[in-house]
Amino acid sequence: MSYEDWYRQDRLPHIYCAGCGNGTIINCTLEAIDEMGWKKEETVFVSGIGCSSRAPGYIVTDSLHTTHGRALPFATGVKMSRPEFHVVVFTGDGDLAAIGGNHFIHACRRNIDLTVVCMNNQIYGMTGGQGSPTTPLGALSTTTPFGSAEPAFDLCELAIAAGANYVSRWTSYHVKELTKAVKKGMETPGLSFIEAMVQCPTNYGRRNKFKQVLDQVEYIRSHSMMRQKYLQLMEQGGAVPDNTIVVGEFINRARPAMGVPR
Amino acid sequence: MQGNIACAEGALAAGCRFFGGYPITPSTEIAEHMAVKLPKLSGTFIQMEDEIASMASIIGASWTGKRAMTATSGPGFSLMMENIGFAVMTETPCVVVNIQRGGPSTGQPTMAAAGDMMQCRFGSHGDYSVIALCPSSVQEMYELTVKAFNLADRFRVPVFLMADEIIGHMRERIIVPDTVEHHERKSLQPGVLPFHPDDDQVPGFPEFGKGFGVHVTGLTHDERGYPCATNPKLHEQLVMRLYNKVEQARKEIADYEVTNPDAELVFVTYGSPARSVEQVLHDTPGKKIGHLRLKMVWPFPEHAIREFHDAARFIIPELNLGQIAREFDRHTSVPVVSVPKLGGELHLPSELKKLIGVNE
Repeated sequence: MSYEDWYRQDRLPHIYCAGCGNGTIINCTLEAIDEMGWKKEETVFVSGIGCSSRAPGYIVTDSLHTTHGRALPFATGVKMSRPEFHVVVFTGDGDLAAIGGNHFIHACRRNIDLTVVCMNNQIYGMTGGQGSPTTPLGALSTTTPFGSAEPAFDLCELAIAAGANYVSRWTSYHVKELTKAVKKGMETPGLSFIEAMVQCPTNYGRRNKFKQVLDQVEYIRSHSMMRQKYLQLMEQGGAVPDNTIVVGEFINRARPAMGVPR
Repeated sequence: MQGNIACAEGALAAGCRFFGGYPITPSTEIAEHMAVKLPKLSGTFIQMEDEIASMASIIGASWTGKRAMTATSGPGFSLMMENIGFAVMTETPCVVVNIQRGGPSTGQPTMAAAGDMMQCRFGSHGDYSVIALCPSSVQEMYELTVKAFNLADRFRVPVFLMADEIIGHMRERIIVPDTVEHHERKSLQPGVLPFHPDDDQVPGFPEFGKGFGVHVTGLTHDERGYPCATNPKLHEQLVMRLYNKVEQARKEIADYEVTNPDAELVFVTYGSPARSVEQVLHDTPGKKIGHLRLKMVWPFPEHAIREFHDAARFIIPELNLGQIAREFDRHTSVPVVSVPKLGGELHLPSELKKLIGVNE
């Protein structure tokens, strides 16, 4: 088996734009699943609405492509009804942090045994590039034409505060690390949240001075800082460069969880 | 037994094994009863963070093959609308109980109303058809809840139990049967596309975990279940099938009671106002008064009107501003008198008697 065996070949070509980072994240997730040795008939993908949420439609297992922001409560119904299923949620920053924000914190609080992979492109890609709750301060989008005036959410800190057992952040550049993190999340009982920063050349990059796809990937890479180093810097009172993307494992704990198979 | 408890007991007897809900007056006793009973039956009770999530959770559970239900009232019902449309589009069997209270908005949490009758029919966006049952006694809270599950599984639609605060909180003696009818959800046959309908326009159900590998989406989809949202013909075919699978069965599944079909004066009721009318009939044995009592309001049983071949006037007391009177009126040339009542109390039998010229 390889990750390629999990794709619905008859659904290709996909809808993602050239240079989109989502495909990388889906590959990493499927690679992790393949390493886990899960059976297709015991695996269910659930998603909401947006670019990221189209992913389950390209995968051969049973899947629910639901309403905007609501993937987690749908997944809760599946998992609490059948704890023996492996349930993976694909979501994005708009889906999870804006319209689905309340479901996100409650799924983390319940610590339901789900693996949540969030493709954070910092923009509403599907609807043409509007600002999202993770659009950086000052970044341009169609609804923040003079630069976003709103501070952005840190989704990993949010997940930790709300109670998730496993939290990690990587990027579309760090494919090996991301795959390992997703796998570790799958192995951890309770809610696992893996945030993957992705480039969106069509709707984010071209409005924010990334002429080429790789310019944005390089920006993401060069602004990434390991969490340990970041914490050290903070402790020493050192200056953390602007727009740093903190990556690595944020937490791995064993709070009481729901929906864990007996 | 209390009406809400009878509803919960009916659900359990029907095999409901998943309840996702959010507390709201006057429906909360249903959730509370399910919270006690479901774990003992290896079922799942979960209190969700809101009614949007409640509706989502029962749809998720239904795809794993469970009979699933939620219960709410007006404000929660409004929140559920988007996911109700998702259940319609994805043909997910589920039961939604609405113990109606006075609206709009927070309105009268502890008083009865029937103001959501049109919302349950048309509340989610787009065109579709659904099934709505209206109990007028505690016994019917039990029986119609059982029936709701069987209809949901047969037609693969959300089925609404549209009760009100009076029926929900009323206590009456009821007969609990030893067994209840149980129609199994029709399973998808191997080799058949997951959204390919049978002759009854309903596709077999591809339960999760059985190896069907089905993709379920709220987008317009083809018979494989794959999104296909810009094909006008496919969209029309899909929506027409979702509509017709219920509408073509409206005569067969209609559920109503006819009293005195040769009367000239006919009351038409659903839900709790039926009780006031029954009192009027009881009090005036010398006067021939007809009564059409609808236990299923949607799909609307317009053929039932013709059972009253001598009708000269239909009188429709409702706990709203005439939502069903208006629907009734468009199916008959006989004069229709709407008797709306707001405020949360039933029509008094004396009010109805005065209306038809009977002095106490």
